[in-house]
Amino acid sequence: MRETVFKTEIGLTHYLSADGEPLGELPGWSHEPEPLTGYYRWMVLARQFDQKAVALQRTGQLGTYASSLGAEAIDVVTGHLMTPEDILVPYYRDHILQMIRGTPMCDLLLYWGGDERGNASPGMGRDLPNAVPIATQTLHAAGVAAALKYRHQPHATVCLCGDGATSKGDFAEALNLAGVWHLPLVMIVNNNQWAISVPRHLQCAAPTLAQKAIAAGVPAEQVDGNDPIALHEVVEYALQRARAGKGPTLIEALSYRLSDHTTADDASRYRGPDQLKEAWRKEPLRRLRQYLVNLGYWDESRERQCLDEAQQQVQRAVEEYLSTPPEPVESMFQYLYAEMPDQLRDQIEMARVRGGGDL
Amino acid sequence: MNESICLLEAVNLALARALEDDPEVILFGEDIGHNGGVFRATDGLAKRFGAHRVVDTPLAENMIAGTAVGMASQGLRPVVEIQFMGFIFPALEQLISHAARLHHRTRGRLSCPMVLRAPYGGGIHAPEHHSESTEALLAHIPGLRVLIPSSPARAYGMLLGAIRCDDPVIFLEPKRIYRASKTLVEDSGAALPIDRCFTLREGAALSLISYGAMIPECLAAADNLAERGIDCEVIDVASLNPIDYDTLLASVSKTGRAVIVHEAPGKGGVGADISAVLNEQLWGQMRAPVMRVTGLDTVMPYYRNEQHYLPGVSDILDAVDKSLEAGRNEILQATGSG
Repeated sequence: MRETVFKTEIGLTHYLSADGEPLGELPGWSHEPEPLTGYYRWMVLARQFDQKAVALQRTGQLGTYASSLGAEAIDVVTGHLMTPEDILVPYYRDHILQMIRGTPMCDLLLYWGGDERGNASPGMGRDLPNAVPIATQTLHAAGVAAALKYRHQPHATVCLCGDGATSKGDFAEALNLAGVWHLPLVMIVNNNQWAISVPRHLQCAAPTLAQKAIAAGVPAEQVDGNDPIALHEVVEYALQRARAGKGPTLIEALSYRLSDHTTADDASRYRGPDQLKEAWRKEPLRRLRQYLVNLGYWDESRERQCLDEAQQQVQRAVEEYLSTPPEPVESMFQYLYAEMPDQLRDQIEMARVRGGGDL
Repeated sequence: MNESICLLEAVNLALARALEDDPEVILFGEDIGHNGGVFRATDGLAKRFGAHRVVDTPLAENMIAGTAVGMASQGLRPVVEIQFMGFIFPALEQLISHAARLHHRTRGRLSCPMVLRAPYGGGIHAPEHHSESTEALLAHIPGLRVLIPSSPARAYGMLLGAIRCDDPVIFLEPKRIYRASKTLVEDSGAALPIDRCFTLREGAALSLISYGAMIPECLAAADNLAERGIDCEVIDVASLNPIDYDTLLASVSKTGRAVIVHEAPGKGGVGADISAVLNEQLWGQMRAPVMRVTGLDTVMPYYRNEQHYLPGVSDILDAVDKSLEAGRNEILQATGSG
């Protein structure tokens, strides 16, 4: 005799079509102008920042930069739903989320411009800085969540990663611990279909990435990552669960990386124009704008004004970034330990001489 | 409370003291709770302080290290255990790429006050992967502190110092001498410095520089030499990163001779680093080349042959004799005799 001992299902939440038309009944709050027009303004700012950052890199004024093109809805909605007391553990494509959390644009540019002070922004509070080694941050998030739980603080830890990260042991280990320790963790996978050149179907044979959490006893959902209404519903539910001590949730947000992996990449080497064209048809800004226009909350003049303001804001940040002098050379040593060991003091002068003595 | 305890019991005593003193200290690792750790280093602590403070984890070393980084980033003081140093490698990415750098790369906005404990070294007839000494891999990493105690009192004081330190500390315990001897350890709650060598024996003839389970071997060698009228200084390096070169340089500038002893392979080892610094700083004052007595540059053998791998007293005495001999030849040449 054989009996079924476990069955599960993964839900996909979506409310808007690619053209911003309701797919069914919408949540009541989404008929109001806020928060959706606010979300849209941030998404416009996000895209202006992103375009400018790429332009700075192309003109030699910024280092290699990971674009957030196509991730705007995920970051903007999550950023707005988090409280200041929640803790963010981002990956390297979450500039907008960091901005919403309080990191000035100038500091974000400093980070991508090769200056550690970008991680030191007071606006980051207790949030973790970007983690570059893939998926390593998922374990930090488990630790942060464990700290919140240990101190009986009713806040959530929010961690983001890409689809590639789900192939790493860290991701599985973090979910496993979150499940068994019942941690206040919201893990959001930005499944943008590409890990540099490797497409989603070569990353994992499972039909969803969300189901990886089921194996760890963690509830999991898919959500349309280009649909701000769906994101709002799913992320808010997971945050409330975490804050109420009901444990972790995995959210697989389906999006598309509209950019190259970073400015050092050329995606035309491995993906064709048709797929990209189709992805642009589903992108989040156009979708939300269309929805807001249909409701009469947005129009051409608002769009122009919003764009102008965003451009000015970005321009001011760029000027501040470009006029920030490099950090004094002793900074290479002074933060290595809580107190600088004597033997490092001798090397400060060596570093100064090595760099031409101009700092 | 004062009593004679072994190094392993001293670790337990320090952990209990830290848990008692600071509610932000939390212990976690594999089998450390109910079972008290495979060596019993955490014996009784879960019962005394609760399962929320002495916590069993799922079996994943990388997870233990990464979770500790996350906890420490929020100001907790996690003290985690890796069961054997041979299983530390999955944790290296978290230690090297994150723990070591968090304070530095956030310019002090966040810090990483974690301690990762692991028993290391050979000599107890353990299975494969249970006897290695790979401390040099960790001592090479800027931002990590790497400590190895060599007596019950130093284990107690240095572990308290490590837990109270705001930097990430790798605390390697020489399991060969976990139960080797018992000495009186006062449970005073006083930490020892974690950035200083300990001079265990003073002498003018030669500096014996070592750490961990090789310290008893060096002290035995020094006793033997004393019977021959040769007074060696014995220094426990104790902190492999940063290294207290001031104490080492002061000793060797006095004796003019140094023999460095460790059970890890010599190639790229901590002894090579110390030797290089002694040569750079004391060239001209040395009376003999710096000698090293180390483990061999091969895979740690299974236990039937481990005595052929690990340095012992006679190897140390041979190196001391060579050092003394080299100096003697020089003196003879300089005086034109012989």
